[in-house]
Amino acid sequence: MTTIGIPREASGQRLVAATPATVAKLVGLGYEVLVESGAGAAATFADEAYAEAGAAVVDQATAWGADVVTAVDAPSDDRLALLRKGAVLVAQLQPAQHPELVQALAARGVTALALDAVPRISRAQSLDVLSSMANVAGYRAVVEAAQEFGGMFAGQVTAAGKTPPARVFVIGAGVAGLAAIGTADSLGAQVRAFDVRPEVGEQIESMGAQFVRAPQAQQEISADGYAKPLTDEQAAAALDVYAQECAEADIVITTALVRGTAPTTITAEAVAAMKPGSVVVDLAAPGGGNCELTVPGERVVSENGVVVLGWTDLAGRMPQHSSQLLGTNIVHLVQLLTPAKDGTLVLDLDDPVQRGMTVTHESEVLWPPPVVAVSAAPPPAPPGPSDEERAANAAAAQESAGRRAKRRTIGFALAAVLLTLGVSFAPSEFLGHFTVFVLAVFVGYYVISNVSHALHTPLMAQTNAISGIILVGALLQIGSDNLVVTVVACVAAAVASINIFGGFLVTNRMLRMFRRGA
Amino acid sequence: MTLVTLAQATYVLAAVLFVLSLAGLSKQETARRGNVLGMVGMVLALAATIALALQASQRSTLATALLIALVLGVGAVIGTWRARQVEMTQMPELIAMLHSFVGAAAVLVGINSYLTEPPHGVHLVEVFLGVFIGAVTFTGSIVAYLKLSAKIKSAPLTLPGRNLLNLGAVVVSLGLLAWFVAAPSIWPLLAMTVIALALGWHLVAAIGGGDMPVVVSMLNSYSGWAAAAAGFMLSNDLLIVTGALVGASGAILSYLMCRAMNRSFISVILGGFGAEEGAAAPSGGGPVGEHSEMSAADVADLLGDARSVVITPGYGMAVAKAQYPVADLVEKLRARGVQVRFGVHPVAGRLPGHMNVLLAEAKVPYDIVLEMDEINDDFDETDVVLVIGANDTVNPAALDDPSSPIAGMPVLEVWHARQVVVFKRSMATGYAGVQNPLFFRDNTAMLFGDARDQTEKIVAALAAR
Repeated sequence: MTTIGIPREASGQRLVAATPATVAKLVGLGYEVLVESGAGAAATFADEAYAEAGAAVVDQATAWGADVVTAVDAPSDDRLALLRKGAVLVAQLQPAQHPELVQALAARGVTALALDAVPRISRAQSLDVLSSMANVAGYRAVVEAAQEFGGMFAGQVTAAGKTPPARVFVIGAGVAGLAAIGTADSLGAQVRAFDVRPEVGEQIESMGAQFVRAPQAQQEISADGYAKPLTDEQAAAALDVYAQECAEADIVITTALVRGTAPTTITAEAVAAMKPGSVVVDLAAPGGGNCELTVPGERVVSENGVVVLGWTDLAGRMPQHSSQLLGTNIVHLVQLLTPAKDGTLVLDLDDPVQRGMTVTHESEVLWPPPVVAVSAAPPPAPPGPSDEERAANAAAAQESAGRRAKRRTIGFALAAVLLTLGVSFAPSEFLGHFTVFVLAVFVGYYVISNVSHALHTPLMAQTNAISGIILVGALLQIGSDNLVVTVVACVAAAVASINIFGGFLVTNRMLRMFRRGA
Repeated sequence: MTLVTLAQATYVLAAVLFVLSLAGLSKQETARRGNVLGMVGMVLALAATIALALQASQRSTLATALLIALVLGVGAVIGTWRARQVEMTQMPELIAMLHSFVGAAAVLVGINSYLTEPPHGVHLVEVFLGVFIGAVTFTGSIVAYLKLSAKIKSAPLTLPGRNLLNLGAVVVSLGLLAWFVAAPSIWPLLAMTVIALALGWHLVAAIGGGDMPVVVSMLNSYSGWAAAAAGFMLSNDLLIVTGALVGASGAILSYLMCRAMNRSFISVILGGFGAEEGAAAPSGGGPVGEHSEMSAADVADLLGDARSVVITPGYGMAVAKAQYPVADLVEKLRARGVQVRFGVHPVAGRLPGHMNVLLAEAKVPYDIVLEMDEINDDFDETDVVLVIGANDTVNPAALDDPSSPIAGMPVLEVWHARQVVVFKRSMATGYAGVQNPLFFRDNTAMLFGDARDQTEKIVAALAAR
C-alpha cells in the first residue's frame, strides 16, 4: 500500500500538512497515512486525534521515509537526506527563489511538486495553497492592525460623544487584499482600496470597499492572472496615490507581491506624512516588504509614531484553520493524482496543472514549466468599428426601425378599416354583442396582465371553472321538446358542470395551501 | 320587470363578479376572495338561467327541473371527487381534462343551437365557428391530458408536411362553411366537426412535452373563445363576456410562457421542437468535459456551513414527488439560520406556476419562492444552489452559445453561486436535447439518484451533524 508521510515541521512553523479531518479523506482515497508524532501539536491537533482518523503515529525517519511526503515548507538538508529515492515530495518549495534546493531534489531522484506553483486556472483553484494562505493572511492582517490601533473600527455614537469609524486603505486586491477588505468592512471600518489592475474594481466594490480610481496609475489586463510590473510613469503616479491615501488612513494594509518580489508602495516620506498612531501591515514582508520601513518578521515604530508590522507568519498565527485549508488543498491534489481512488499515485505530465507544479521528476529538473494562459483572460478584442461605421449602423438601425413602425401603423390602420367595414355590414343585433366582446377582451387583458407568476396555476383553474359558464347555454336547451336536443344538452350540461365544480374547488384547494412565512 | 330582465340584470352582476374574481387572483393576498367572488357569480348566473329555462321549458316544468337537478348533481359529484383526490403533481393533467370538457360542451351546445333555431346567415356562421373552436379544444386537450399523464409518449409527432396538413384542414373547413351557409344542413357541420377534431389532435400531438406550459395555456385560451362563440350563437352577453375574459387570460399566459422561452408563439404552435434542431446541432449530445460527483453527506456538510442557499426546482422534482423532503430540508435549514429561497423559472414544470403550487402544497411559505428576475442578481452572493430536477432552465449555453437551440432563452444564472449541486438521475440531456455545460463547471457537483431519496438522506445527515 502506498504510504503518505506527514512530518512535523521545523520549529517556528505552526502549520501542519494534514489535520485529522483531511487524514480521513486521504485514507478514504486508499492510502496509508503516517503522521510524525507531535506533527499537529502547534496547530492544536493531538496525536490521538490523528490515530482516531485512521493514521499511524510514527517517528521522524518513518514519516520522511514514506512513498509520498506532504509538508508545509521545503525541508532542511538533514530532513532531505531522509527522503527515499523515487519518493514524491509535496510542499511549498519556492523553486524560483531556491534553485539549489531544486538541484538537490533532482540529485536525490525525488519527484517534487511545488504547492506554491499551482497554475492560476480555474480548474486548479481547489489546489491553490497560495490563495488559501493569502485569504487567512488578509484576515489576520486586519486582526493584527486592530490590536495595534488605539481606536475602534466601527464609528460610535454614544452619550459621551461620537468617534469616527477607522479609515482602512488596502493596496492590492488579490486574495489577501480582498479578504482584508471584507474583514475590515465587517468590523465597521471605512475601507478604500487600490489595485493597478482596473478590472478588479468590481471585486473590490463587491467586498464593501470604495475603489480608488487613478487611470494614470493603472494598467491593462495581464494574461496569467498576476499584475505586471508598471512602467516608470505609472509607478510614479501610483506612489502619489499611495502617499495621498496613506496620509488620510488610520490603517494601511499593503499586499503587492509580483511573483515573489515586493515593489515599494509606501516610501519613508509617505510614512512620515501619516498620522501618529496609525498602523501599516505589510503582507509583502516575506518578499522584502512594500513599505520602506518594513523589517520582515519585526514590529517597527517610525519616528512619528506609525507602527509598521512586517510579520511573515500571518497564516501561521491561525494554525488551526490554516492547516485545515492547506490540508484540504493537499487532499484535492492527491485526489487529482489518484484518478482510480485506489491508493496508486499517477503523475500525468500532460495535464497542465500537474505539469505546472512538477519541479523535478525522478532525476530531471522540470522547472520552470511552460506558460499556461489563464482561462479567465478574455480573448483579444476584435478591432471595434470606427466611429463613422458605428454612426452609419446606428442610422441604418434607426431607419429600419422607423420603417417597421410605419409599416405596422399602416397595417394596423388597414386592418381597423377592413374590420369596421366588415362589421358595419353585420346585423345590428350582432353589433351589440360584438361591442361587448371586444370590450371584454380588453378588460380581460388589463385584468390579467399583472397577475403574479406564482398564481398562474390557480388562475388557470379558476378561468377553467368560469368558462364552464357554457352550462348556461346547455341548461336553456334542456327544456326543448326535441328529444335529441334534450339528450345532447344533458350531456353538455353534465360535462360543463363537472368543470364548474371541479375548477372552483381545486382552485380553492390550491389557494388554501399558499401561506406566508412566519 | 319581467323574469327576462331580472335574469339579464343578474347576468350583468355575474359578469362584474367574474372580472373582480380574475382581478383578485392576480395577488396572493386577494386570491381567495377572488375565488369566492367567482363562485358567487356562478351561483347567481346559474340561478337566473335555471329560472329562465324553467319558464321557457317546452315540456313539463317538473321534468325539466328534474333533468337539470340530475345533470347538476352528476357534475357536482364527479367534479368534487376529482378536485378532492387529485394530487398536486397531477394538476396539469386535471386542467387539461377540464379544458376538454369545455370544448366538448361547446360542440354539443353548438349542434343543439343549430337544431333548435331557424337557420339564418350570421347565426349559421356563429354556430360553425363555435363548433370548430370547441372541437379543436376538445381533442387538443385530450392529447395534452394523455401526454401529461404519460399515457402516450410526450415526444412530438412529426408527420411529413404537418403544416400543410393543418392548413389543408382549415381550408377544407372554410369550404364546408360556405356550403353550410349556402345550403344549411347538418352534414357539412358534422363533417367539419370531424375535421376539427382531427386538427386539434394533430396540433397538440406535434408539440413536445416541455412546451406543455404553452399548450395548456393556449388551450385555456381556446376554451374561452369557444365559450364566447357559444355566447354569440345563443345571443347571450354573459357567455361572451366570460369567454372573452378567459380567452384573453389564456392568451396572455401563453405569451408570457413563450417569452420566458424566448420563442415565438407561432414556432411553438407549429410544433416539432427538438427534432429539427437536434439534427442541426449534432454536437449537442456529446459530453463536453468531466463532471464531479458529491454524496448526500457532502451536500449536507455544504448546506450546514452555508449562509445563503437557493433551490431551483424543475419538472424532475414533480416527477420524483420530492417537494415534501425539500420542504423539510428548507425548514431544517431555516431553523439553523440559513437563508433559503427558491428560484422558479417561468416555464419550470408542465404548467405555468406548477412549481409554486407544489411548494405551497408542501407548506413552503410563498414569500421565499421568488421569480427568475427577482433572484438572478442574488446568485453572486449565494453560497450553495441546489438544482433539483431542472436542466434547460439553468443552462448557461442559452446565454453563451449562440448556436445552441435554446440560445437567448432567459435562464436562472445559478453558476454565479459559490457551489452548485445538481440533483439528477443520470447525465442524460434535458427536454430540449441540449447538453448542459453547467454540469462540467468547476463549481458544480452532481448528486445522482432519485431526488426524493437523496433529499431525505441529506435531511437525515443534516440532523446527525
